[in-house]
Amino acid sequence: MFQPVSSIGKYFLFLYEAFKKPQNLKVYYKLIMREINDLGINSLGLVLFTSLFVGAVVAIQMYNNFDGAAIPIPVYYVGFATKTVLVLEFCPTIISVILGGKVGSFIASSIGTMKVTEQIDALDVMGINSISFLVLPKIIAALVFFPILIMISMVLGIYGGYLAGIITNKWSAIDYIQGLQMPFRDFYFVYAFIKVLFFAFIIATIPAYYGYNVKGGSLEVGRSSTQAVVWTIVMIIIMNLILTHIMLG
Amino acid sequence: MIKVENITKIFGENTVLKGVSAQFEKGKTNLIIGQSGSGKTVFLKCLLGLFQPTTGRILYEDKDSSKLTTAELQFLRNDIGMVFQGSALFDSMTIFENVRFPLEMFMNQSNSEMDDRVSEVLKRVNLEKAHSKFPSEASGGMQKRVAIARAIVHNPKYLFCDEPNSGLDPQTSGLIDELLKEITEEYNTTTVINTHDMNSVMEIGEKIIFLKDGLLEWEGTKNEILTADNKHVIDFVYSSKLFKTMRQGMLEDLKK
Repeated sequence: MFQPVSSIGKYFLFLYEAFKKPQNLKVYYKLIMREINDLGINSLGLVLFTSLFVGAVVAIQMYNNFDGAAIPIPVYYVGFATKTVLVLEFCPTIISVILGGKVGSFIASSIGTMKVTEQIDALDVMGINSISFLVLPKIIAALVFFPILIMISMVLGIYGGYLAGIITNKWSAIDYIQGLQMPFRDFYFVYAFIKVLFFAFIIATIPAYYGYNVKGGSLEVGRSSTQAVVWTIVMIIIMNLILTHIMLG
Repeated sequence: MIKVENITKIFGENTVLKGVSAQFEKGKTNLIIGQSGSGKTVFLKCLLGLFQPTTGRILYEDKDSSKLTTAELQFLRNDIGMVFQGSALFDSMTIFENVRFPLEMFMNQSNSEMDDRVSEVLKRVNLEKAHSKFPSEASGGMQKRVAIARAIVHNPKYLFCDEPNSGLDPQTSGLIDELLKEITEEYNTTTVINTHDMNSVMEIGEKIIFLKDGLLEWEGTKNEILTADNKHVIDFVYSSKLFKTMRQGMLEDLKK
């Protein structure tokens, strides 16, 4: 009954350890660069591919909805609607969910493997704060690079919608660009990137917590990795609702 | 020197160590032996500070490790080298980087000083040609030698090894034992080795403590173990027919 409460407590104690002063800034800098590569650059392909195709799908669906509407809606609204959907929800939230799966399982399984192969004990014996050493660079890398990934995703998604128009010949490039240039609240971008920062933090820390607390062997590493991904996605979705309510509600 | 005074370790309702006292001397290879589940690993982890003993104390050069300040504890940790059972090398680093890591983390040395020291230590463990390999590309014996190199690179006062021969063939196992013995003499370390390899006991056991069910059942040297009159020690050490026959022969020789 008290297990979830105690897990939340342990998670915050884990974060407290993670934010302790780094022991060697030069080594941490190297680790951050490596994490940017592992967590960010290595996810670029997936983000590009998903954004381009989903951007195209969103644009086609928007066109179909507008086309079948009782009140005629100008075709250039396809561009506007696609941009709005991508900026407000698809890019920050859905891409974060996808990253939660890919990056989350990587973090949980890599830290979990280090745990069961005594690599974490080796760090502890050397007097290294293993939690800070393993988690802080991941948090920094995610907070720095995920907003860049999401920005790229927004651009690619919008370009996907543009390409869909050219391929299907249902709307012209001029109409689409005209829609993109329609007035749009700047705050929507602020809202999107604030969400991304929260999601990045969740993606870096929840899987790390699960990986660090693995007990047993490879089977347990797999199980904790799955659990980590599930809870990361659940927390992203809950946090999405909370932040939307606070900022747009 | 490390002095252990009456330590117990309890996990829930399970008492793993039941008041163990021992002394590990400088410049000697001290062996902890015992069956699986006898408390050897927990004992070693208590010595390393990975577990806190439930009662009792551990003294490093007469200083109680539980009463050290954070800075003193860090200072002590810099004097410890550890060889883990599975080597525990960092997968993401090359062999050279693995050995360089403790220096990079804590030693205030220039890059060239660190590189020279790493090359020297890798040469010492006969791995001068494996610098750029990753741990996954190295054999079990090589990984153990890298782990030893990493453990001694910062000139520790205390060297701990958890089953350094596990998973190795007898020949490689013998080489690792020899290396540990030589390093103990060269670096004058207090070396504590957790093992159930009887060849190691006979080869390098300058001081041996035998644990059974969390209790210290017997202690002595490799020569004394031959004439030990403790039934559990005899059953454990001479469990194989070959060792039994050898012991019989050696005892008969001694009588003559």
